[in-house]
Amino acid sequence: MFCDVCKSKEATVFLTQIVDGKMQKVNLCESCSKEKGVNDPTGFALADLLLGLGAAQEIDKNPAGNRCPVCGFSQADFKKTGRLGCSACYDAFAEGLSGMLKNMHRGSVHTGKVPAKLRAGRLRSKELVELQASLQKAVEEEHFEEAASIRDKIRTLEEEVRAEEAELIAIKERTSEVNRIAAPVASEASQDLSVPKPRKQP
Amino acid sequence: MKLSRIIANTGEWLSGAGPHDQIVVSSRVRLARNLKGKPFPGWAKKVERVAVLEEVRAAVEQLPEMEESFSEKLEDLSALEKQVLVERHLISREHAAKGAGSAVVMNTSQTLSFMINEEDHLRMQAIRAGLQLDEVYAMINQTDSELEDALDFAFHNDLGYLTACPTNVGTGMRASAMMHLPGLVMSEQVNKIINSVNKIGLAVRGLHGEGTEAMGNLFQVSNQTTLGETEEEIIGRLNKVIFQILEHEQNARQILLQQRAETLLDQIGRAYGILCHAHSITSKEALNLLSFIKMGVDLGLFPSNNRLHVDELFIETQPAHLQKGLQVAKLGAEERDSLRAALIRTKLKQMPEPEIGKIPTNGSPTTSTSSTSETSEES
Ligand SMILES: [Zn+2]
Ligand SMILES: [Zn+2]
Repeated sequence: MFCDVCKSKEATVFLTQIVDGKMQKVNLCESCSKEKGVNDPTGFALADLLLGLGAAQEIDKNPAGNRCPVCGFSQADFKKTGRLGCSACYDAFAEGLSGMLKNMHRGSVHTGKVPAKLRAGRLRSKELVELQASLQKAVEEEHFEEAASIRDKIRTLEEEVRAEEAELIAIKERTSEVNRIAAPVASEASQDLSVPKPRKQP
Repeated sequence: MKLSRIIANTGEWLSGAGPHDQIVVSSRVRLARNLKGKPFPGWAKKVERVAVLEEVRAAVEQLPEMEESFSEKLEDLSALEKQVLVERHLISREHAAKGAGSAVVMNTSQTLSFMINEEDHLRMQAIRAGLQLDEVYAMINQTDSELEDALDFAFHNDLGYLTACPTNVGTGMRASAMMHLPGLVMSEQVNKIINSVNKIGLAVRGLHGEGTEAMGNLFQVSNQTTLGETEEEIIGRLNKVIFQILEHEQNARQILLQQRAETLLDQIGRAYGILCHAHSITSKEALNLLSFIKMGVDLGLFPSNNRLHVDELFIETQPAHLQKGLQVAKLGAEERDSLRAALIRTKLKQMPEPEIGKIPTNGSPTTSTSSTSETSEES
């Protein structure tokens, strides 16, 4: 069996990781495993490696991920144009994009300007992430009373966030027509049916 | 306001002054923004593009800084007018190719311009003379904040501002400086610089043509990445590199003066001779020769009050600018070449011959080859 990275040397390191309930395997040779930092478990993420190897193929295997549910843009369209269809495409193709963005940029999280109206909500979601971490810790340490109170805080915060996202949901509902058209696209065969084509500009 | 009235004046970034403007011609910051929930222009249907255009254009036009402005749909501009805007760096080549559903808005001083429905719903830029990226960013950042009230920009919690192309996601910001680097080109150091700058996530590109083929020795230095750093961090990094390139260029010129003064004077003299007497000249040759004249002004060989004339020629000799005053549909390449030569001859008539004696002699005897610098002073 050959190494998944260099495809030339014999694979000697076999890795398995469960991501989102799916088992992913990767086989590496000695030198590639060292280069990818497999020996250092903190520095290694199998998902990154897999996405780096063939993010596009990963998405192709998953028919539901083939099209953006909001605008109907497909992975094939992206390959052709190098551009995405709408802002929701970033979530629809998140898995494949994350590896690509990592290679393209200096970081994977935006640290710059935030529109004024979103600043409060953004702070809240950061808080939410922190609360969830402390909830998990409380559960692990069997501090159940503390866990219950953290859970309450999370619920309140989540409701606030949800209210702010109501607008986004409204947008998604408005595009339900596109959804309806794109939904039957479950198999490769029906891919070319009734999806809006980019309008060529004169 | 009419486009003809705006383009009758040279833009501020060309005629104005700014720090280090001899070598750093201009500084520019461009932000890409899209409206929440609307398909990007390349994927949107025409009706959707038109709706976005109306919304964005109205928001831009009501900005206080755009009180004195020009605003037009691209379909209502002639090919020549669009090309003039491209040559002035006010819209991109890609934008000029767009038809229905796209527009351009700019202020009279041409420091702010907005491309609506280019690759993104909105691309806005601020541009000024010299090295002043911080000031230019402050300008466009303020405009962006003002627009936030009227427009809902697509913003992702982790990825920041969302753009049609993943290479712009995050800050959506492209900051750049246009640099005139004849010293680095003559001393064959420019490729080394390009390579080392590229390694740190910034890009150096020829303004017209890539790498060493860059016409007029004009290069654009810009950030390549937009995600993972703040706008200030990106500009800080860029500023540092621009200062280094600036220093390298100054050093390269100094060394040329010390070690190859004769070659340098020969090049500047020939450039002057050809430009003053040519009757047909291509855009490429004109830019390359004008670059030597520009360096000559920097070195004091020509009076500094000629600087603007020379800088303007870099733009005025471009194909669309040559034709803009004429009532003809389209000139052929040959006609343009002779028109260009005539324009240059007229403009340079006001400019005296290079004053060889004015060449700055350098006071470091250890490195200067005295024989060559003496010859140049005597002749
Ligand atoms: Zn290998
Ligand atoms: Zn989409």
